[in-house]
Amino acid sequence: METTALKAKAAQIRMDLLKMIHGAKTGHTGGSLSNTDILTALYYRVMKIDPANPKWDGRDRFIASKGHSVESLWCILGDLGFFPKEELKTFSQFGTRLIGHPNNKVPGIEMNTGALGHGLAIGVGMALAAKRDGRDYRVFCLMGDGEQAEGSVWEAAMAGPHYKLDNLVAIIDRNRLQISGSTEEVMGLEPLEEKWAAFGWHVVSIDGNDMEQLVRTFEAAPSIPGKPTLVMANTVKGKGVSFAENVAHWHHHVPNEEQLALALAELSAAIESYEQEGLVR
Amino acid sequence: MANTIPNRQVICDTLLELAKEDRDIMVLASDSRGSAAMAPFAKAYPEQFVEVGIAEQNIVGISAGLAHSGKKPFVTSPACFLSMRSIEQIKVDVAYSATNVKLVGISGGVSYGALGMSHHSVQDLAVSRAIPGLAVILPADRHETKRMTEALVKHEGGAYIRIGRNPVEDVYENDDYEFVIGKAVTLREGGDLTIIAAGETVRVALDAHDALKEAGVSCRVINMHTIKPLDEEAVIRAAAETGHIITVEEHSIHGGLGAAVAEVVVQHKPVPMRILGIPDEPAIAGKSAEVFDHYGISAGNIKKIALDLLGR
Ligand SMILES: Cc1ncc(C[n+]2csc(CCOP(=O)(O)OP(=O)(O)O)c2C)c(N)n1
Repeated sequence: METTALKAKAAQIRMDLLKMIHGAKTGHTGGSLSNTDILTALYYRVMKIDPANPKWDGRDRFIASKGHSVESLWCILGDLGFFPKEELKTFSQFGTRLIGHPNNKVPGIEMNTGALGHGLAIGVGMALAAKRDGRDYRVFCLMGDGEQAEGSVWEAAMAGPHYKLDNLVAIIDRNRLQISGSTEEVMGLEPLEEKWAAFGWHVVSIDGNDMEQLVRTFEAAPSIPGKPTLVMANTVKGKGVSFAENVAHWHHHVPNEEQLALALAELSAAIESYEQEGLVR
Repeated sequence: MANTIPNRQVICDTLLELAKEDRDIMVLASDSRGSAAMAPFAKAYPEQFVEVGIAEQNIVGISAGLAHSGKKPFVTSPACFLSMRSIEQIKVDVAYSATNVKLVGISGGVSYGALGMSHHSVQDLAVSRAIPGLAVILPADRHETKRMTEALVKHEGGAYIRIGRNPVEDVYENDDYEFVIGKAVTLREGGDLTIIAAGETVRVALDAHDALKEAGVSCRVINMHTIKPLDEEAVIRAAAETGHIITVEEHSIHGGLGAAVAEVVVQHKPVPMRILGIPDEPAIAGKSAEVFDHYGISAGNIKKIALDLLGR
């Protein structure tokens, strides 16, 4: 998909996830909105996947280490036809497969996550298996910035470069907020890029809500042979919904009727402008 | 009238009160002060509050260090992560090193219903029970939670406390009773059968008592708020005097309250027993009440099990 269409797609996914969270009366709104552009770039452009054959062994792998942001993922997998889109209505309801965290009973999900700090080590394992088997698939792992406080992240950070896993791309959704407030107040992370570089990663810092930069960065990885890539995706928590942007409270706040209407209006206006942009091109 | 105060808020209120006099009381949180209802404590006593970020192993290690230096740390963190992720720190830094750390697992059991198995905490009693010297406590309602918190501040030694997320209906009429760690409370007398419960299932057991009374069954109800050290004497007496025991818990049927009671029963006074809890299968998602209902953790089902056990 070309970039303008990707931007419109991301806005549509945001609308879908807001409706889904509103309907279920539960969900992690802020972190899902912040990483929607990252997931849209990966799923609609960058990753080799086949919705009709989710277990195709040549596929690129994605691990949502920040599993609480599953809403954007459910909406994308439903939109791509990994499962019937209708099923999004069952999100978080009794007995559903579409629970509040990734669940590998659902086609398209590799691994169950939800406890933070697990994903990268799993990614190291998958990337290592690809190397040992001489396969060319890539592994993408999305983490939160608050998640960086878990020691297990750094154990995996040490292993990636040790095994020269240049087929591994770790992404940090650097939205600078966690539940209790700013990451720098809760548990300071800076200088975060220097830390990853010191562990032996090739660090690329981008605007993680800018579709052009996302596509360019992911398509280029690995840019240095023998080194895993860390994409510092500087994002806005609550991105795309004016009143939720950069507000910690929206981490797991659920929009009411009016807020939903306002958010949907903002996002459909954005889609219209992308469509205009597309026509002009 | 339905109670609207969750137990986590009672812990905060009680600690706020006690911290006025006791500057050694400390509260720690792992990006969880909101879920633990500890934001008021953080605000009132910033010098007695520590935020560690999303790092459950770190929070237990730091607490052990604080306790070693004379502080009385209360660690507040989701039960699922606190009990399992940090279990080695709990074993070595808290229990083995005999530090005075109180571990408060919040949103325990299936409180985080729709978030899936990563967030359900139904193995915590099994693991914490196997650690020497660690007290394991599940308060039944807000009154017991208040008394328990006061007792914990006085208690020297490690403890794991598990509470749920939502307010629970009262079990006690008021907080005018003595809470003793390790001493069970007989809430209803009865001669045909004993139901032993802990935490939020105590309320369910009381409702089952009423349902059984209508069916002509005289049922004893024991609130086993301390899973460890278990009140063995109360169990043995129940077995001897009522001849049948049912345990009810918001935990896997493996290794929890039922297992603890069964260990005593088979060794001291074997009687027919049933263990009701979460079966050994992948977690089902839903609200707490839906999950309880799905697994038959309800007064109606306990009544059925009881009648079956009594051969009626
Ligand atoms: C091991 C573990 N501890 C705690 C939590 C609870 N939790 C869920 S989301 C979250 C905050 C995550 O913040 P961040 O990583 O910055 O993600 P984002 O802001 O992108 O949502 C926390 C503490 C968890 N899921 N796993």
